[in-house]
Amino acid sequence: MRTLDRKMLRDLRRMWAQALAIALVIAGGAATFVLASGAYRSLDETRIAYYERYRFGDIFAEIKRAPRSVGEQIKGIDGVAVADFRILHYAVLDVANLVEPATGQVVSVPERIDGQQNRLHLRAGRLPEFDRSDEVVVNEAFAKANRLRSGDTFRALLNGKLCTLRIVGIALSPEFIYAIGPGDLVPDDRRFAVIWMAERALAGILDLEGAFNAVSIRLLRGANPEQVMKTLDAVLERYGGTGAFTRKDQFSHAFLDAELAQLAAMRRVIPPIFLLVSAFLINMILTRAIGLEREQIGLLKAIGYGPLTIAMHYIKLVIAITGIGIVIGFIMGAWLGQGVTRLYAEFFHFPFLIFRNDASTYAIAGAVSVASAVAGALRAVAQVLRLAPAVAMQPPAPPRYNRGLASHIHARLPLSQMTIMSLRHMARWPMRAAVTVLGIALASGLLITALLSFDSVESMVNVAFFKIDRQHATVGFNDPQNMRAIDSVRQLPGVLRAEPFRTVPVRLRNGHRVRRLSISGKPADMDLSRILDANLRPQGLPSQGLVIDTRVAELLHVSRGDVVEVEVLEGKRVQRRVIVSDIVTSYLGLSAFMGLEALADLLDEGPRVSGAHIAYDVLQERALFDAIKSTPVVSSIGLQKRSISRFRSTIKQNIDYMVTVYVALAVIIAFGVVYNSARIQLSEHAREIASLRVLGFTRNEVSRILLTELAIVLLIAVPLGWLIGYGFGWLLIQAFSSDLYRVPFTIERATYAKASLVVIAAALVSALIVRRRVNRLDLVSVLKARD
Amino acid sequence: MGNDLRMSDLVFEVRGLTKVYRSGEVEVRALAGVDLTLQPGELVVMLGPSGSGKSTLLNILGGLDHATAGTVRFREHDLTALDDAGLTAYRRNHVGFVFQFYNLIPALTARENVALVTEIARAPMTPEAALDIVGLGARMDHFPSQLSGGEQQRVAIARAIAKRPDVLLCDEPTGALDSKTGVRVLEALMRINKELATTTALITHNAAIREIAHRTFYFGDGRITSVEINKARKAPSEISW
Repeated sequence: MRTLDRKMLRDLRRMWAQALAIALVIAGGAATFVLASGAYRSLDETRIAYYERYRFGDIFAEIKRAPRSVGEQIKGIDGVAVADFRILHYAVLDVANLVEPATGQVVSVPERIDGQQNRLHLRAGRLPEFDRSDEVVVNEAFAKANRLRSGDTFRALLNGKLCTLRIVGIALSPEFIYAIGPGDLVPDDRRFAVIWMAERALAGILDLEGAFNAVSIRLLRGANPEQVMKTLDAVLERYGGTGAFTRKDQFSHAFLDAELAQLAAMRRVIPPIFLLVSAFLINMILTRAIGLEREQIGLLKAIGYGPLTIAMHYIKLVIAITGIGIVIGFIMGAWLGQGVTRLYAEFFHFPFLIFRNDASTYAIAGAVSVASAVAGALRAVAQVLRLAPAVAMQPPAPPRYNRGLASHIHARLPLSQMTIMSLRHMARWPMRAAVTVLGIALASGLLITALLSFDSVESMVNVAFFKIDRQHATVGFNDPQNMRAIDSVRQLPGVLRAEPFRTVPVRLRNGHRVRRLSISGKPADMDLSRILDANLRPQGLPSQGLVIDTRVAELLHVSRGDVVEVEVLEGKRVQRRVIVSDIVTSYLGLSAFMGLEALADLLDEGPRVSGAHIAYDVLQERALFDAIKSTPVVSSIGLQKRSISRFRSTIKQNIDYMVTVYVALAVIIAFGVVYNSARIQLSEHAREIASLRVLGFTRNEVSRILLTELAIVLLIAVPLGWLIGYGFGWLLIQAFSSDLYRVPFTIERATYAKASLVVIAAALVSALIVRRRVNRLDLVSVLKARD
Repeated sequence: MGNDLRMSDLVFEVRGLTKVYRSGEVEVRALAGVDLTLQPGELVVMLGPSGSGKSTLLNILGGLDHATAGTVRFREHDLTALDDAGLTAYRRNHVGFVFQFYNLIPALTARENVALVTEIARAPMTPEAALDIVGLGARMDHFPSQLSGGEQQRVAIARAIAKRPDVLLCDEPTGALDSKTGVRVLEALMRINKELATTTALITHNAAIREIAHRTFYFGDGRITSVEINKARKAPSEISW
């Protein structure tokens, strides 16, 4: 081994603590990058494979009832590869040990399942016998949440008949990766079941023999889905079709997509920031660390080493440190990535998992880290190499200080000589001080970025559940009812208030921009479920026109006063042009509202309702739930209290996995930066401190020079970090929005405080270490060794 | 050592050498027109107070610093015309340095500090041989921190001579040492000068050392004030301070 390489290895061993701190900063950046991309890629690949292996449909449509014979016509549509015809139905369930009524989505299973779309992955048991109306398969999440096993029974209200159903199998389905009940915002596994029942048996119960009410289609490769849907809609119109839709509007897929989009958003924003910040930090740290090698560089030059050899020597050192960091980062990133992927997979109920990451992710993370480290080293080496060796080997000439600002402050404030020294240092090397400040500020900015998701979600929950939808529960009817149905809801035990609503599936169109969503009709005196303006103040509905939320307005490129085309997807399927009379705030889903009367006018029908938002007396909850379980008109019930807690736990759990990891990495980076800054500062001042000690200053007094400087740096870095965190956070929240939910940009004061506390804690620990070093400083050797 | 040597036999030929340092607003004239020649195998001592320009001259002779004006010829090369790469090659192939503060690499052992040079030299002796010459054969695997000041300086000398340099430039080699240790260091330098015929220039504050030299240059205010030829050289052990 070359002697110079041996020196490199020994240097590495000597500065191991600092090298490790630098390596950890690099590892933090690289790990975030690898982890985020790995988790995203793995989940994406798993989803694609799951859809493919279990033949998830491409196009879906629901109708009131169509005869089987129509099926042949649909199969003949150009571009259709396979078409399945089935029966879907909602039912209220009564499950043992579950006080609240549950909702079930019943799905028919044909006799022959080969070639079938949306296939089940049986976890236990078997499929129901084709002629048994009491045998069902349920989704795994529901079974687990209610501790149900094969052989257990529960009751369901199907077409007014109370049936007892026996579980014969437990399954997963690509159609219900995200199983969400009507009226719910997030999965509530205890209260929502997917129930698969033999087709013949289900048809018998619902009087749908020889007919179907839902279609699932897989397209031929290259088929145009728009064209297929158009033809399909035309075929199904006379059977009460509500408009075909693609995966994009399929509930489970849309939610899963939103989750993945969010992961992707975090991947696009957070890891690059982490990587770049860590790159900047190592650049800064290494520039200064190698600047301290000035004399050795001078000596190597003096004894005849060329600039290239010297530069290579330090590049090797830096690459060794970076390499350690990258390896730690890759291992950490891959390991955390798999962990996070597993947690998500469990949450999504995937039957299997595919781990995948792009080689390019590793390449980018490695290259950026190495490049910035090498650039930092080169800059430092080049600075020294520019000096003649005779000069480089001398301790640097005493820098020129100005009396400057520090003295002015001194004149007014009783500052000690030590404080003045610190201030002058910083004033003398403003760039160096600025870079340290920026480094620490960036680290705390990362922390804020990682932490703020919690704040934003909490603020979203607050608005969505305590300001907009304040009802205790929402009951839904299987078909729109006339106003009398509301009276019967009001008469249910404990109901204090019932506000009717009407939801109508529509397509909103502005030129070529189209969105499928529901218009909610609301009464003028709404008080439970409300509408908020941009300042989050409740507002009423105009007697005419359509009110949409900001997301819809963005998607359709419309603003207040514009006209949009409404295509109703049920009943008479009217098409009208409606004015957008207002734009309001909503964080969940895509919302459009109209007054109940205005909506009835639009639909060209009498006042009808789809359900009611209710407030009830909590003391009578049990009686109310029991009554609902046997009320034929009610097909579903969403419980707000459950929704809030489920929402918190679901969305947060989702973000938590990622954010916890990000926070941990940000903490590591923050510590690495502060520790290195303090250590380098100590080296830069070692001679001065030794001189002061020789002059009779105590350790406390000389430590104060360093600590004062660190304190001043922190004092500037902390608020700057808040600003940077605010900026990064804004970027992140922009990327976070999806059709399913938007996250308001909120940063709590506590978050700023937490980020700053971490940085300050890092500073305190570093200060203690530096203090110990000051204690151990060998005065004579420091002075003799000429820096 | 007569004056009848031809020009090309000179090791160094310095004419009108001037060096001005600019440090902020202050301009320091370290050398103000120095002329001198050094001959092969010669051992010269440079004496003078601090700031008289000795170190600056040595640095320029060794290619560690650039002159402001004047010329320095090493054999047939004009050092003042060389660029950075040229100076590096010059230092690597021809010059050995000994510094007052040894300037050893603390992370390397004695042997490795010498090897640092032998690895890039053209026809070096082995590090072991170089350390033997300075009497440190037994302590080769010690780190600088495990060696006394005199030992460290002898390692520095071994490092300087291992490449068999044409010139050996020593800046206060005994400045940080007690007299007994200093004598051992000087003995090592003289032995090398004699055995390898290395032209040696030695800066010192210590006037007693001039007695081991062929010639002594006296410095003052950036100039050579006088030159003294030593007719009867003494051995280091015969001098004292």
